[in-house]
Amino acid sequence: MEILKQAREAGTKVDLNALIDAIPYAKFIGMEVDQKGTEITTVLRFDHKIIGNPVLPALHGGVIGSFLETTAILQLAYETGGEVLPKPIDLTIDYLRSGKPQDTFARARITKHGRRVANVHVEAWQDEHTKAIAAAHGHFLLKPPEET
Amino acid sequence: MDEKTIKENLDLMRDVLISHVPFAKAIGMEILDAKEGEAWMRVPYDEKLIGNPDTGVIHGGVITSALDNISGVAVQLSLPERMAIATLDLRIDYMKPATPKLDLTTHAHCYKVTRNIAFVRGTAYHDDIGDPIATSVGAFMLAANRSMSPGDAAEAGLIKKAEG
Repeated sequence: MEILKQAREAGTKVDLNALIDAIPYAKFIGMEVDQKGTEITTVLRFDHKIIGNPVLPALHGGVIGSFLETTAILQLAYETGGEVLPKPIDLTIDYLRSGKPQDTFARARITKHGRRVANVHVEAWQDEHTKAIAAAHGHFLLKPPEET
Repeated sequence: MDEKTIKENLDLMRDVLISHVPFAKAIGMEILDAKEGEAWMRVPYDEKLIGNPDTGVIHGGVITSALDNISGVAVQLSLPERMAIATLDLRIDYMKPATPKLDLTTHAHCYKVTRNIAFVRGTAYHDDIGDPIATSVGAFMLAANRSMSPGDAAEAGLIKKAEG
C-alpha cells in the first residue's frame, strides 16, 4: 500500500488514522484509532447498522470479529513497518459477553513475530478494560517486500 | 422436517435473521436456499467491503460476518423451535483471497446439537464449494436468554426434544 511504502521509505511509523481511512471496510464499520505514543487503542463507534440482534440489542458477532481482525492488522502494520497489509491466515474469536449498543475498544498484542508469520492476540471491551466482550488470536502472513 | 416447514423456515430466516438484522441488511446478505440444519447465503460484492484498496479484495471481516450469520441460520434450522442463540466461538481459516468484483457465497451446516450447544461448519466460496476462500467452525449456545437448558426443558416436557 502506498501509505505503508511512504512511511517505510521515510523511516517513520505509519499514520494509523490515515491507514484506516484508506481501508473502505474499516471505515464502513466505523473504526477509529486512539493513539497515545506507541500505545494503540482502536475504537468501534456505535451505529445502528452494526447491530446483529435487534431484540437485545447486541452488536453483530461478525462486526466484532472484523473489528478484532482489523485491530490485529493495524498493530502489525505499525510494528513491522511492512509495505503491504498483513494477511489473515486464521482467526479464532471467543465471544465472552454480548456487545452492548455503545462504543467498543480493542488492543492487540503480538505474541510471536516470525519472519513470515506473526501470532497476535486481541481483546475488545466496552465499559471496563478487565471485562472483555470478545477475544481473538490468529496468525497473519507478513510478506517481505521482495516477495510482493 | 417436511417441505412446508422448510419453506416456512426459509421465509422466517429471510425475515428474522436477515431483514431484521441491521448489519445483515447493511452488507446486503441474501438467503439463497435452506434445508434442515443447512443454509446458503450470498453477499454481493461492494466497494465499501474492500479490505485492501490496492487489490480491491474484500476484507476478511466480511467473510467472518457472513460465516457467523449463516452459521446462526443453520443452527436455527436444526432446532425444533426458535430460541435465542449466542456464538461462543468461531474459527476462520482463510485459504485464498476473494476475487474482486465477484459475489461471496457462504454455506453452513449444523451437524450436531446437544442439550446446550450446537456445532457448525461453514464454507465461503464464489461458485465452487470445492475451491473455498475460507472455512469456519463454530459453537453456539442454545437458549442463550433462558435459565433452563433446552435439554432440561425438553425433559420437563416444555419443548419438543431436539433430534441428534
